[in-house]
Amino acid sequence: MTNLKPPPEAAPAADPALDPALEGATAKAGWRSLLPTMTPWLAIGLVLIGGIALFGLLGPLFVGDPRQIRDIGLTGPSAAFPLGTTQTGQDVLAQLAFATRGSLEIGLLVGLLATALSAFFGIYGAYKGRIVDEAFSLFTNVFLVIPGLPLVIVISGFVPRESRGLWTIAVVLAVTSWAGSARVLRAQTLSVRNRDYVAASQVSGERPWRVIVVEILPNLLPVIASQFVFAVIAAILGEAGLAFIGLGASNSSTLGTMLFYAQNGFALSLGAWWWFIPPGLVIALFGMGLSLVNFSIDEVINPKLKNVRLHRRRARRAARLEREATRAARRGATTAKEAVR
Amino acid sequence: MTGVRVTDLVKDYTIRNGLKRTRHRAVDHVSLELTPGRTVALVGESGSGKSTIAKILTRMERPTSGTVEVRLDDGTPVTDQARYRREVQMVFQDPFASLNPFHSIEHHIARPLRIHKRTTTAEETRERVREMLERVNLTPAAAIAGRRPHELSGGQRQRVAIARALAPGASVLVADEPVSMLDVSIRLGVLNLLGRLQREDDLAVLYITHDLATARHFSDEITVLYRGRIVERGPADAVILDPHHEYTKLLAAAAPDPERVGAVRDAAPVDRDAIDSGRCYDHFAGEWREAGVPSANAGSAA
Amino acid sequence: MTTTAPSAKARPVLTVEDLTVVYETDEPVTAVKAADLTLHRGEILGLAGESGCGKTTLAYAVNRLHRPPARIASGRITFHDQDGTDIDVLALGDKELRAFRWDRLSMVFQGAMNALNPVTTVRAQLRDTLLAHRPRMSRKAVRERSEDVLRRVGVDPRRLGSYPHELSGGMRQRVMIAMAMLLEPQIMIMDEPTTALDVVVQRDILREIVRLRDELDFAVVFITHDLPLLLEISDRIAVMLEGEIVELDTADRLYREASHPYTRRLLGSFPSLSGERGAFIRTGVDETAETAEPTKERA
Repeated sequence: MTNLKPPPEAAPAADPALDPALEGATAKAGWRSLLPTMTPWLAIGLVLIGGIALFGLLGPLFVGDPRQIRDIGLTGPSAAFPLGTTQTGQDVLAQLAFATRGSLEIGLLVGLLATALSAFFGIYGAYKGRIVDEAFSLFTNVFLVIPGLPLVIVISGFVPRESRGLWTIAVVLAVTSWAGSARVLRAQTLSVRNRDYVAASQVSGERPWRVIVVEILPNLLPVIASQFVFAVIAAILGEAGLAFIGLGASNSSTLGTMLFYAQNGFALSLGAWWWFIPPGLVIALFGMGLSLVNFSIDEVINPKLKNVRLHRRRARRAARLEREATRAARRGATTAKEAVR
Repeated sequence: MTGVRVTDLVKDYTIRNGLKRTRHRAVDHVSLELTPGRTVALVGESGSGKSTIAKILTRMERPTSGTVEVRLDDGTPVTDQARYRREVQMVFQDPFASLNPFHSIEHHIARPLRIHKRTTTAEETRERVREMLERVNLTPAAAIAGRRPHELSGGQRQRVAIARALAPGASVLVADEPVSMLDVSIRLGVLNLLGRLQREDDLAVLYITHDLATARHFSDEITVLYRGRIVERGPADAVILDPHHEYTKLLAAAAPDPERVGAVRDAAPVDRDAIDSGRCYDHFAGEWREAGVPSANAGSAA
Repeated sequence: MTTTAPSAKARPVLTVEDLTVVYETDEPVTAVKAADLTLHRGEILGLAGESGCGKTTLAYAVNRLHRPPARIASGRITFHDQDGTDIDVLALGDKELRAFRWDRLSMVFQGAMNALNPVTTVRAQLRDTLLAHRPRMSRKAVRERSEDVLRRVGVDPRRLGSYPHELSGGMRQRVMIAMAMLLEPQIMIMDEPTTALDVVVQRDILREIVRLRDELDFAVVFITHDLPLLLEISDRIAVMLEGEIVELDTADRLYREASHPYTRRLLGSFPSLSGERGAFIRTGVDETAETAEPTKERA
């Protein structure tokens, strides 16, 4: 049952000077509708991401040199070294700060690259249709079936260690991870492209790139945001995996390289938990934070998910009130009967 | 002002079913003429090809064969795409789908103004958007301009869609079932609005509908489409009150009419396959013609 | 207006008194306000109104198919059975309610033609419905009944073996109507049963409904926004506006001398096919009137 509420009566435009302010407010409302509603889960996710990002951003400024070797190898947490030291006496906290920054860098970089690639192949192909779409989708499918991790290993192994910088790793990870998102975006674009408002803007003579950027893209933003978040998680995990098997970027330190050295230094068998648990925990918490944010974005893409929550609450209330009403009615009926008697 | 001549329009769609390809002819040799200040109604059921004709007219689809000729009042044909888009505009069926939920009402009307260089400065555009909104009776225009589609009712949205279509300075308007998605009590208002704008701007209107009653009251000429072919054409009253083709008779009998209470019982079911789509009655010429053939064979009405 | 109407007048089959339905949203919306309605045996009652006027909510509430957050806040619904007993619909338990629905009162939903299960045949769907309510029915009786209802709605019984996608939209809608009359209910509620269909098909189905009613003498509540259509087929018509029944009269009187301004306005919205040409455009509602839409009119 549609329950159309009458649209609020137009506010009388009494003061023309007031109008711009009014318009500014409603224009912003367009963007606001794209933002997820605040829930406890979203709050936890944002706090996790914010905290870790802040740690990666500012942490390196406050800790000492992570590479400085001391003769107090493998000591547990203490006042001087809150997270203890490595086998060679390096400060784990300092390493963690720099490694977090490295991982975030790579995650962000890959996220941007992969999103750009998937947006280009997914949206542009679907919009153009016919042969371009066929070609792009074939290309996407080829990349989709290429087993990602082995390819990454092969490429990383193939590039000599000296030239295996942050960018190389980022490009390799981006190239192997964009295809899935491109397919999702293609499907979404195909659906948006056939809506009347796109046809209407074409009929009014809008240029193709403007139709894509101004009419179609805003309606895909939640999907793209979700894909981006997913790409960042995948990149951080992927890089950690590469670094762990010794194929990471040579000139930067990431959480993966930390785990790699911890593994090489027999941290586990020596019981040096402070060496491998913190980097593992940062990866896990950051992934969790991003996932929680992603769930909230999903509610924006699919308002039904949000309504389910709302609906359940309202349904319970309605059911309770109805029960009370029938009970009252019955009581009323019986008293009426008795009165007749 | 601008007129449109559609000659022998044919549109085939290929249907791929596995390896087998079959051709479906959605529009079969349709010829039409739109002249300024007149409304031609295109009547037919779903699948009769009326929306395909709208798409070809607005250059969203290319015809398989046949021509659509748009001429300015001095007789020069419109060839370039931008000019064509300026002259021929469309109002879509579903006002809930034809406005972008992301953008404000202002955006929807300002864009065609800017594309077709009707205004130059931002200030002028704003002013013009207000004027357009007032023309379609959306007041206070300033407040409406800042809203987004979901804040408006269906009727209000369709008015915005009409304002958008007229913004480039269009002289030919294709209205594809403009009121069929609206609540009944507001349909008349939107139709009357279209009628007024047509008189004011001397528009040539193609009114596509399945509703015979509004077609009769709203248009000057009615063209009945059946299975992609025109089976009857003529002045609105003649086609409705004196239908010649079996299909038109069937449609007229099926339209609810409070004047004939209880008629539903009496009508006998009709075998649809027995209806002949091969001939067309032309009220202007007062004779039967062959349908689905090039107009030269049928003898052009013009 | 119809031959059955006078005799039926005396025998009501459903009485709705003071029914109020509320949607428990953030600001509770009263979708149906104190509706009073009597449905007589063998009568076609039209329920007209525009989107959001509460006509569907009312129909759903009558057989308690309304789903939360909608709730019945007050009122009484009484079903007067053929054998003379009265059933208080609101007091029925879950099990009794299931037996009541479809057996005594059935419903054809909006867009019902897409409600058929796509993976089973028409035969299986008819059989399941029958056996759910008449578990002891023999196979032969089930088959005969299925064939009979299909024949009645004008579908060839050979179609029993077909899957829904093999049938046209009009045919699927007929099957749905057949399903609704399978257990010989005394009331059928039809919610926009023909809106999605082309006019010619729509007409065929309407004719079928009227004919079946004449044959089987069940009462029909026919819900639509299409007032001219109701005028043609119904005995009485109720016009709803914002959850209230603002006018309830025989079709004929409603058309000739509607008393409520909204009814007149609604009638004026439909041009007459055969009436005076142009009268509609000139004398119709002024276009500026739309800015105040019906829903806002009372504000």
